[in-house]
Amino acid sequence: MIGLALLLGAALGYAALKFKVEGDPLIARIDAILPQTQCGQCGFPGCKPYATAIAEGRADINQCPPGGDAGVRALADLMGMEYKPLNAENGVEKPKAVAFIDEPVCIGCTLCIQACPVDAILGAAKHMHTIITSECTGCELCVAPCPVDCITMVPIAETPDNWKWRYPVIPIKPTFTL
Amino acid sequence: MNALVNFTGLLKKTGIFKFNGGVHPPENKAQSTQLPIGQLALPEKIVLPLRQHVGNIPKIKVAVGEQVLKGQLIAEAEGAVSAAIHATTSGTVSAIEDAIIPHPSGLPDRCITIKPDGKDEWIEKKPQDWKSTDRKSVVASLRLSGIVGLGGATFPTHIKLRSDGKSGVHTLIINAAECEPYITCDDLLMRERADEIVKGIEIAQYLLGAERVLIGIEDNKREAAASMRAATANTTMQVIVVPTLYPSGDARRLVHLVLGTEIPHDKRTTEMGLQVFNVATVLALYRYFEHGEPSINRIVSMTGNVNKPQNFEVLFGTPLQHLVAAAGGAKAETTHYIMGGPMMGFDLPSENVPITKAANCVIAASPTLFEPPPPAMPCIRCARCADACPVNLQPQELYWFAKADNFEKANDYKLFDCIECGACSYVCPSNIPLVQYYRYAKSEIIAIDKAHEAANLARERNDFRLARIEREKLERAQKHAERAAAQKEEAAKKASENLNNDALEPNIHAGSGNVVLDAATAKKAAIAAAIERAKAAKAAAAQTGDAPKNVVVSDENVKKEIAEIDARRQSVGLEKLPVDAGIDKEKQAKIAAAIERAKAAKAAAEAAKQIEKNS
Repeated sequence: MIGLALLLGAALGYAALKFKVEGDPLIARIDAILPQTQCGQCGFPGCKPYATAIAEGRADINQCPPGGDAGVRALADLMGMEYKPLNAENGVEKPKAVAFIDEPVCIGCTLCIQACPVDAILGAAKHMHTIITSECTGCELCVAPCPVDCITMVPIAETPDNWKWRYPVIPIKPTFTL
Repeated sequence: MNALVNFTGLLKKTGIFKFNGGVHPPENKAQSTQLPIGQLALPEKIVLPLRQHVGNIPKIKVAVGEQVLKGQLIAEAEGAVSAAIHATTSGTVSAIEDAIIPHPSGLPDRCITIKPDGKDEWIEKKPQDWKSTDRKSVVASLRLSGIVGLGGATFPTHIKLRSDGKSGVHTLIINAAECEPYITCDDLLMRERADEIVKGIEIAQYLLGAERVLIGIEDNKREAAASMRAATANTTMQVIVVPTLYPSGDARRLVHLVLGTEIPHDKRTTEMGLQVFNVATVLALYRYFEHGEPSINRIVSMTGNVNKPQNFEVLFGTPLQHLVAAAGGAKAETTHYIMGGPMMGFDLPSENVPITKAANCVIAASPTLFEPPPPAMPCIRCARCADACPVNLQPQELYWFAKADNFEKANDYKLFDCIECGACSYVCPSNIPLVQYYRYAKSEIIAIDKAHEAANLARERNDFRLARIEREKLERAQKHAERAAAQKEEAAKKASENLNNDALEPNIHAGSGNVVLDAATAKKAAIAAAIERAKAAKAAAAQTGDAPKNVVVSDENVKKEIAEIDARRQSVGLEKLPVDAGIDKEKQAKIAAAIERAKAAKAAAEAAKQIEKNS
């Protein structure tokens, strides 16, 4: 009996070392739900810090406006918490947009480049800057630092490429009259 | 065992292998088969959308105002999955702009508009001797042909024919089933141009290296089957007449019908050694290789609520109105047009859209022809849809998941294996538009996946940026530390040198290393040598009694003064003035002046004190 206990204990001890999980898997799972906009609207300097805060119970699950209602629901599901509507203090859910630089106005100050959390702005000092649209997360962090206000947020237009079939709406007609 | 093998072999030779499900919608094919394939007059304008195929948007190669010839390449394939677009008549490029395209979204997209000059002048045609040319270069040249699957899927054909030696295709299946109601373009094509089709099949067979060719035709097209049989009489190709059952024209259903092979849902037909081509596609191959004509036209069935339903050979880019007018115009109460068949087609956003490579059929719809669907009733779980599903899915489950936005579950139930044939909606006693739910769920899942991909990219880029900032910070800190260390070392070196000079004692620095010691000794030797030199010079000067030659005193007054001083010095028994007398003189004067100043200041201070005392 003792021999078996020792054997199993040794096996468990070995397994604990061998299959040790690096980092907190919960943070990674929360981070996977977050939209990775890196906008900081939640009050944390990025999605990962917010995910860490949620995992440690320092932040609520309804502080991410870009994630929207669906994001809050997914987080509630993961954390085993009650769903709650988005906290208006953090902002409101907006249609997805990307930044646009009015290039003739740009003075090449590089302030927006330093602000961009995903390096989606291309340019150099005293040279015109431009947004790499495919990599812009729409975080709006570049808008405020611009000294000449040449950056605007442009909502993503619907094209045949990103068009989606609508949820079927079936006309309901009364089949009999009272 | 042998008997079993023989039995299956026997079945393979003769049998038709029925697939599960399927429906029999009213065929409505007779209307448009009364007349032969008609030709159209040149339209007033040609509008060629760039989005006519599956894959990347091709790259525009012409500019507005440019003259183009019929068959000229105006947009070339971009990336692996893409197809070229050619001018379908000669004329001038009048615009490159967004226009309404035949797409279920009804959204505008980039189009090239050509104003025909009426001459319909061909560019120089270059037929290819595909049999004696290297197979690879033949397939590569197909990229310029603009040929895509003309059955409706519009997948670029050059990719399906890519003979990289790995394809291993042994059986080529020609899809001539044309199962969807109303559509008769392939039927008429086979009746009228069977010989050309067979030549096209030969090209495809050669390029794929396929041993066997099977042509599947539904039994409602007797004339077409007879015509194909006659054309293939002297070949090894086999015409297989399959029973009419929608959707037998789906590639995987047809493979099942003629071979009994069920292709696993996650595998492609090529992986099973099979390849499926539509009859119109192989005809396009024939036109390209034998006549040097790229893909510029197709047969379109113009049917439904029009006065003279007929099939037409239509140039791509021809406006739909032009086609409707050729078919005798639309009858009264035509509400809209459907592109494709009534089962899988979609409503066109306007009558102004161009005919594209995907347009096999256009149906003028009217309320009498297509009754508005009765209101949908709740699902009664009768599972008739499951019986009708040719892909063996559970449509009722998929419906519930799609309706409840439970996309994960819908994916688990293999939503993406659904071919959207509409058999389930057709049999549903509750009139639920099932396919619309599946399309909705599919596009939502695709959008979610895309967003997820974008999020992953953003995470990666953000992580990289943070790592870069951290790295730069470290590098800067390291640089600072290095510089500080270098400065410290420099200072230490200087200090040690000073110490060395002051002490002139190499022994003190013996511990601090040979370099310092050597430097100190060298310096000391130099100093000693300099002193020696100075002494020698002094001695020489004393011997000659002259001032050293390097001192040039040009001022007469100064000379006089020196002479006076020398006289004074001699009188008190001193030597002559040393070399740097002039400088000393200045120094002395300065010292004297300073003493004077100091005295004056002292006197002034004392005077001030006196005044203070007095007051």
